Amino acid sequence: MTVARKINALHFGILLFLLACFFILPAYHVGALSRIMVLAIYAIGLNILFGYTGLLSLGHAMFFAAGMYGLGLSIKFLGVSVIPAFGIGIISAALLSLLVGLLALRTVGVSFMIVTLMFAQTIYLVVLYFGEYTRGDEGFVLQQAERMLLGFDVTTEAGRYFVAFAAFSICLIGFAALVQSSLGKRLVAIRENEERARMLGYDVWRYKLLAVIVSGTVSGVAGALYALLFGYVGATFASVQYSILPLLWVLLGGAGTTIGPLIGVAFMFYLIDASSAYTSAYMLIAGLALVILTMFAPRGIAGILRTKVSPWLP
Amino acid sequence: MAALTLLETKGLTKTYGGLQANIDIDFTLQKGLVTALIGPNGAGKSTFVGMLSGRTSATRGRVIFEDRDISHLPAHKRIQLGLAYTFQITSIFTGLSVHENVALAAGRTMSADGNALNAKVHQTLDQVGIADRADQIAGDLSYGHQRLLEIAMGLAQEPKLFILDEPTQGLAETEINDFIALIRSLAGHTTILLIEHNMRVVMETADHIAVLDQGMMLAEGTPAQISANASVQAAYLGKTVDA
Repeated sequence: MTVARKINALHFGILLFLLACFFILPAYHVGALSRIMVLAIYAIGLNILFGYTGLLSLGHAMFFAAGMYGLGLSIKFLGVSVIPAFGIGIISAALLSLLVGLLALRTVGVSFMIVTLMFAQTIYLVVLYFGEYTRGDEGFVLQQAERMLLGFDVTTEAGRYFVAFAAFSICLIGFAALVQSSLGKRLVAIRENEERARMLGYDVWRYKLLAVIVSGTVSGVAGALYALLFGYVGATFASVQYSILPLLWVLLGGAGTTIGPLIGVAFMFYLIDASSAYTSAYMLIAGLALVILTMFAPRGIAGILRTKVSPWLP
Repeated sequence: MAALTLLETKGLTKTYGGLQANIDIDFTLQKGLVTALIGPNGAGKSTFVGMLSGRTSATRGRVIFEDRDISHLPAHKRIQLGLAYTFQITSIFTGLSVHENVALAAGRTMSADGNALNAKVHQTLDQVGIADRADQIAGDLSYGHQRLLEIAMGLAQEPKLFILDEPTQGLAETEINDFIALIRSLAGHTTILLIEHNMRVVMETADHIAVLDQGMMLAEGTPAQISANASVQAAYLGKTVDA
């Protein structure tokens, strides 16, 4: 099998497995997987920028929140239906990432991390400031009637699962195609050696800006989808916690791999799930597991697979 | 045969604080020739080619490439016009395969069509003699092979002007022989500007030699003229401890 075939087989295999899970697994895990798939889209978004382009953003929650509030507020106040609301969510995230990219890319390295973190805090405070509309920390609920997708009820277990599955499939396949395209390879070139990429005639700044926009927009898709499928919009999702979580997922699963984001989200979800059965201090166990993994597998789970088993992993 | 000018500098100057690294350099580079830029350590050679390629911004002066003033173009735009540059300290994508490295170099101008690109990559790797290592990770190559890879990355761009900053530094004697043969094979169709310390390489490859000393152009001429030049000898033997 050629490498390209292996890669396709892997991705379609994963999607087939996820599809089968709906019919095999008990309801609890089906619900969990819906959430995992949506959050994996978010992790894919961050992975494009962090894993492939080598730019570490500590403020991706602002893009997630832009998608979430773009959809939520337009349903609540403009009374639009789900499809245009989803469009507004995506456009909000795309515009925000363009703006943040233009400003933050004037900096590099640690400064870039700090600037993105600060922008995200600003967005968080803006959400709280306009509490009259956003309901701040308390957030607001989208009613079942407001969440009909072309007459399809996304509030049922099956509806939620299949919308999440469809969106995740599109994102995973699109992401895999991006990574293998010449654009994806140029982003990796920038990550590996920015000066060399520039001296091969690539306009590094423009590629970075493009990466920020794609990354931010995909994160916004995840945010809008989360609001749609779980019917809740709240400021927690704009907080720093939701900027750090996707970073942990990507690091755990394997930065710069296509399957890492899904693995990372699933791993952390079930780690917390399992440990919370024994103790209320489950974050302590989750934290310990994270420390151990970063010490012994700094490239994440998919990173281990790539070095030990299958070097062709995209 | 009337010589055609490919690149020209006028009054090119770089000062770092009070230090004058390059002072009013007027220089013309002839198309199709191998020109060697030599000079003692600290003479300002890397600064000079840095200003040609755009890595270093000039304090004043102009760089004219194919009758076009490129003084204010950023580095990547100059590369797009047909300059290629290899770094003094090897600069490759160490985490990627040898093939990927060259594909990135060739891929800017070629369409993403896999077959044509692969053929180009293979041909270029063959040219420098490391085609059998295409699938290795670049960082795992020996130092000499990494230097060759970087040269391949330059060649893959089919540059009009190929600037090589101390390409033979750290190479073994046999590798240097291969390098000389490679440069000779390029003579005629690729214009080359070579910064070099190894005098054997300079004498065996260069059609024209320019000598920089203390930031100023000391002498220019054929290899024979330069070896006979008294001020060049003084610069090399009299004033520096550099062998």
